[in-house]
Amino acid sequence: MIRCLIGAIGLGVVATQALAAGPLEIGIGYLGHAGVKETLSLVEQPAGNDGIAGARLAIEDNNTTGKFLNQHFTLDETRIKDGEEAVKAATALAEHDGFIILDLAPDEVLKVADALRDRGTVLFNAGSTDDRLREEDCRANVVHVAPTRSMLADGLGQYLVWKQWRRWLLVAGSHDNDKLYADVLRRTATRFGAKIVQERTFEDTGGARRTDSGVTLIQRQMPVFTQQAPAYDVLLAADESEVFASYLPYRTWDPRPVAGSAGLMPTSWDGAHDQWGAIQIQNRFVKLNSRRMTALDMQAWTAARMIGEAVSRTNSGDAKAIFAFIKGKDFSVAAFKGQRLTLRDWNLQLRQPILLSDGRMVVSVSPQEGFLHQVSELDTLGVDRPETKCKLQ
Amino acid sequence: MWLRCLLSLGALWLTAAPASAYVAYVSNEKGNTVTVIDTDKWAVTATIKVGQRPRGIEFTRDGKFVMVAVGDDDTIQMIDTKTLQIVDTLPSGPDPELFTQDAAGKTLYVANENDNTVTVIDIAKRTRLGDIQVGVEPEGMMVSPDGKILICTSETTNMAHFIDTSTREVAANVLVDSRPRFAEFKHDGSELWVSSEIGGTVSIIDPVKHVVIGKVTFNIPGLRSEAIQPVGIGMTKDDKTAFVALGPANRVAVVDATTHAVTKYLLVGQRVWHMAFTPDEKYLMVTNGVSNDVSVIDVAAQKVLKSIQVGELPWGVTISP
Repeated sequence: MIRCLIGAIGLGVVATQALAAGPLEIGIGYLGHAGVKETLSLVEQPAGNDGIAGARLAIEDNNTTGKFLNQHFTLDETRIKDGEEAVKAATALAEHDGFIILDLAPDEVLKVADALRDRGTVLFNAGSTDDRLREEDCRANVVHVAPTRSMLADGLGQYLVWKQWRRWLLVAGSHDNDKLYADVLRRTATRFGAKIVQERTFEDTGGARRTDSGVTLIQRQMPVFTQQAPAYDVLLAADESEVFASYLPYRTWDPRPVAGSAGLMPTSWDGAHDQWGAIQIQNRFVKLNSRRMTALDMQAWTAARMIGEAVSRTNSGDAKAIFAFIKGKDFSVAAFKGQRLTLRDWNLQLRQPILLSDGRMVVSVSPQEGFLHQVSELDTLGVDRPETKCKLQ
Repeated sequence: MWLRCLLSLGALWLTAAPASAYVAYVSNEKGNTVTVIDTDKWAVTATIKVGQRPRGIEFTRDGKFVMVAVGDDDTIQMIDTKTLQIVDTLPSGPDPELFTQDAAGKTLYVANENDNTVTVIDIAKRTRLGDIQVGVEPEGMMVSPDGKILICTSETTNMAHFIDTSTREVAANVLVDSRPRFAEFKHDGSELWVSSEIGGTVSIIDPVKHVVIGKVTFNIPGLRSEAIQPVGIGMTKDDKTAFVALGPANRVAVVDATTHAVTKYLLVGQRVWHMAFTPDEKYLMVTNGVSNDVSVIDVAAQKVLKSIQVGELPWGVTISP
């Protein structure tokens, strides 16, 4: 209904501007998985439309601009079930969309990128934070809107160092993604002069995330698990698998803050972020989706807005021309983070500030004051040009 | 004898009429207050409690009221400048931010950030005359010197909309750089200047042809380009000099309005946003959000004279006519 109304307004404007031709049609695909992952905290359980809801808002925003420029954007949504072929779904979308926003696992991103390479479809990775997609496994047809794990870790690490909390107790989960997170936290410690005083692994032995008398047990387990640690300032939890991190705050043996996968968390977006005009997009998002905006929503919004921005600047519907503009030095996008976001030309990663959230409020935004860089202070976050392993082809 | 008499008379006249006896009102976005400043003594004389999140602020043309947009209360409050009391409200749309009025002071145009509209208000009757649909997040508002065109900039659409004030319809749109915040005409109507906060530029637009004819760019040695975020613009009456507030660059740029080149950067307080000239154009006041003060600039000398502490997060400033 809303889309109909917007269409009607668009028509009215077009008529007054005496544009005879129909609007420039831009199709954007969205490819993600059906179903949601289990989280320890009930309030953090993602909505069924996590991510896609952000893309939908960006389409509305693009069309509000488009009605003045005779451009029209549509979103094709595809959700694959576990075991279904991502390449097949992406190829189907590429039939009519020049751009596809991906919320897929890293290996799926690579398969889709390679399958669509010769077709000229431009892919936007909104879901995966894996550094390797921007490094040894980088692809010339994939723009990365999601921050990398190393950017997130550096954003957090800069703040902890600024706060003079330099002694870290690192607790990592036993799954692959947890280990990758622990890896980048170690890298951050080395870069910014923090010290990991000890490392522990929290083995996932299975078991339910929700039980009727869970608290009693957890309250006994967590202090025991964290006791006899060397003196430390902050406990860093690397638990992307949602096995233990949320159990740690207020339950550590020593009274210490928790950061990483619980406590103070680095993220690209938070439902509480209201600086730099962000309150406006937060309000628009809540109005459209009746819930708060997540990091994945913002990453998808930013991807679709990058396309909209390039279309309005080039007045072109040609994916090749639009992609060339996005990769050009004049491209930037505004995303309510206090400064313009640009692409790292060596691996097509979007530079962006990292928010630090405690789940209720935004505590700080990195890069922190004093972390300097000769090109962009945003390049103090993550893998920088001299260290990159990426060769775009 | 005669001469001495004349001289003393002259002296008397001078002391009787101080050069700058105006009153400035500053909106403090976080403090929910408006600070009143005597521009003769450059001292705070009163602090007025207003609604939530006061931003856009302007005197009515007759000087009897100060209108202040209180975004989180979805209205514009009117302060009686004699009693310093809030005496009335104007029916804006949701989340009003910036507004502008026509030369006669009869019609007010308000940018409502939350629903992509401009609300048209009859100031005397305090009634809403209508709404105009614009782009995403309308902000900068300015009426052309001849009164025929209303400019509205929309921050996420990145456009200056040209609205015909008689039909209230969008007549033209001009794309500018990212996040356009403020629009200002030359007094002779020959150029429209639009600042782009995230783009870091000021676009100079030909208001007849609706095309960007030039851009003011800023380059401050030692400062990363992302920190240069132009917002407020002030143009002298002779259209020769413009002042541009550069946000977190903590500077006001002095721009030769003929060549569009920056001639000087004036260091002010932190995160400088909006500004207002005294009517005699001797002074320019600018609001420094993060340092909670306003800087006073000597316009002719192009020097910062002093700063005055105000409330929390000063946003806009208006000076009595």
